[in-house]
Amino acid sequence: MDLSQATFQGYRRESGRIGVRNHVIILPVDDLSNSAAEAVAHNIKGAMAIPHPYGRLQFGADLELHFRTLIGTGANPNVAAVVVIGIEDGWTKLIVDGIAKTGKPVVGFGIEQHGDHDTIMRASKAAKEYVQWASELQRETRPLKDLWLSTKCGESDTTSGCGANPTVGNAFDKLYPHDTTLVFGETTELTGGEHLVAARCRTDEVRKKFQFMFDRYQDVINRHKTSDLSDSQPTKGNIAGGLTTIEEKALGNIQKIGRKCLVDGVLDKAEAPTGPGLWFMDSSSAAAEMVTLCAAAGYVVHFFPTGQGNVIGNPILPVIKICANPRTVRTMSEHIDVDVSGLLRREMSPDDAGDKLLDCMFRTANGRLTAAEALGHREFVLTRLYESA
Amino acid sequence: MIHFVVHDEHDSVGVVVVEGVKAGAELAGWIMDQDKDLRIKALNDIPIGHKLAIRALADKDTVIKYGVDIGRTVAPIRVGEHAHVHNIKTKRW
Repeated sequence: MDLSQATFQGYRRESGRIGVRNHVIILPVDDLSNSAAEAVAHNIKGAMAIPHPYGRLQFGADLELHFRTLIGTGANPNVAAVVVIGIEDGWTKLIVDGIAKTGKPVVGFGIEQHGDHDTIMRASKAAKEYVQWASELQRETRPLKDLWLSTKCGESDTTSGCGANPTVGNAFDKLYPHDTTLVFGETTELTGGEHLVAARCRTDEVRKKFQFMFDRYQDVINRHKTSDLSDSQPTKGNIAGGLTTIEEKALGNIQKIGRKCLVDGVLDKAEAPTGPGLWFMDSSSAAAEMVTLCAAAGYVVHFFPTGQGNVIGNPILPVIKICANPRTVRTMSEHIDVDVSGLLRREMSPDDAGDKLLDCMFRTANGRLTAAEALGHREFVLTRLYESA
Repeated sequence: MIHFVVHDEHDSVGVVVVEGVKAGAELAGWIMDQDKDLRIKALNDIPIGHKLAIRALADKDTVIKYGVDIGRTVAPIRVGEHAHVHNIKTKRW
């Protein structure tokens, strides 16, 4: 597929970034505000609440990550406007101010001194204005380089490593020369293949940062483990699918970064990249955590290869499922966007599979709903670093 | 018809990519990186996605897949035998 003149239809946001969805979100700062946020989303058609269980008594780096993830979610160009609701005004304003830096419409409401009813009424009025305003925004033709793509695989099996992940790798190798912005992560799921990722880092400085993040995460595992993790990493689903060791899983995993593109930089969790290229994000390997962090870092389309059939979606980030396992494609067809099982029958070349994914990527970017979107999968899972105070 | 695939010709194992492989079946394999064919007789029933040994492994041998170390054997494995958590363990963690 010749991508040199490729374009897509996206929404240009105030920041200059381009989104492929046009969501108006109701974003709770904390667990206590979920109820009001969901009530507002119920009142106003086209508004979407993003409930979550955290945001109270967190502190230090864990609190910073909470704020960065919520602000990043609101700031993501797939979001047109944001209504923030928190139990009190202080942290609510902090989230509003963070999102407002992008220039997009955002307003916050604190529940204390008002109660749910009054808050829901005022927030609903704001949400209605936003939804009607957003519904008139038009897509425009944009060059491929404006597309930010993330990847993370889940419920992998051995077919992921021979089929679905190399398909993403083939697509990444084709996207990389066109100044797109790409990211992968899953720090512990590189165990056994970390030397291969290190060898792909563009500079010694990037390599050093990558190795530091990899080693730090290994220390976390070594500090807390009670076994060789063979009950959780690989997961039971991975093992049922034929994956035996973390090394085997990792080597399948890193097929997603292709064979040519270099790792240009390293990101902390939910940190936005500063330029095009392939970035590594230090992150959990749990699907919804990683995809949530990608959305918060500003990515607008996600490639999600699966073997045994992970059903994940995200509220604001379209998640494209790629699968090469013929049994999963047959038994869970409603979840799969790109069937590349032909690769394992030698009926399809890796190049054909990569092109099939890129075709789905353009259609998704232009507005076609993914299977996960149509099925209502909106998993939004915040990464926690340690206990609350 | 391909019954199993192998990433690299130096690998110790291949991956069954069809359902219903029974002990005694003659299996056709495809080595993807070098685009070569090979045939192996399955010694066990092997579910789709699971591995079979394509070379004989002794106890405590290193298992190679993708041309890279993926762990060690904890029992000898014969050519065509099911290779999984019962006879291979991680070297990490």
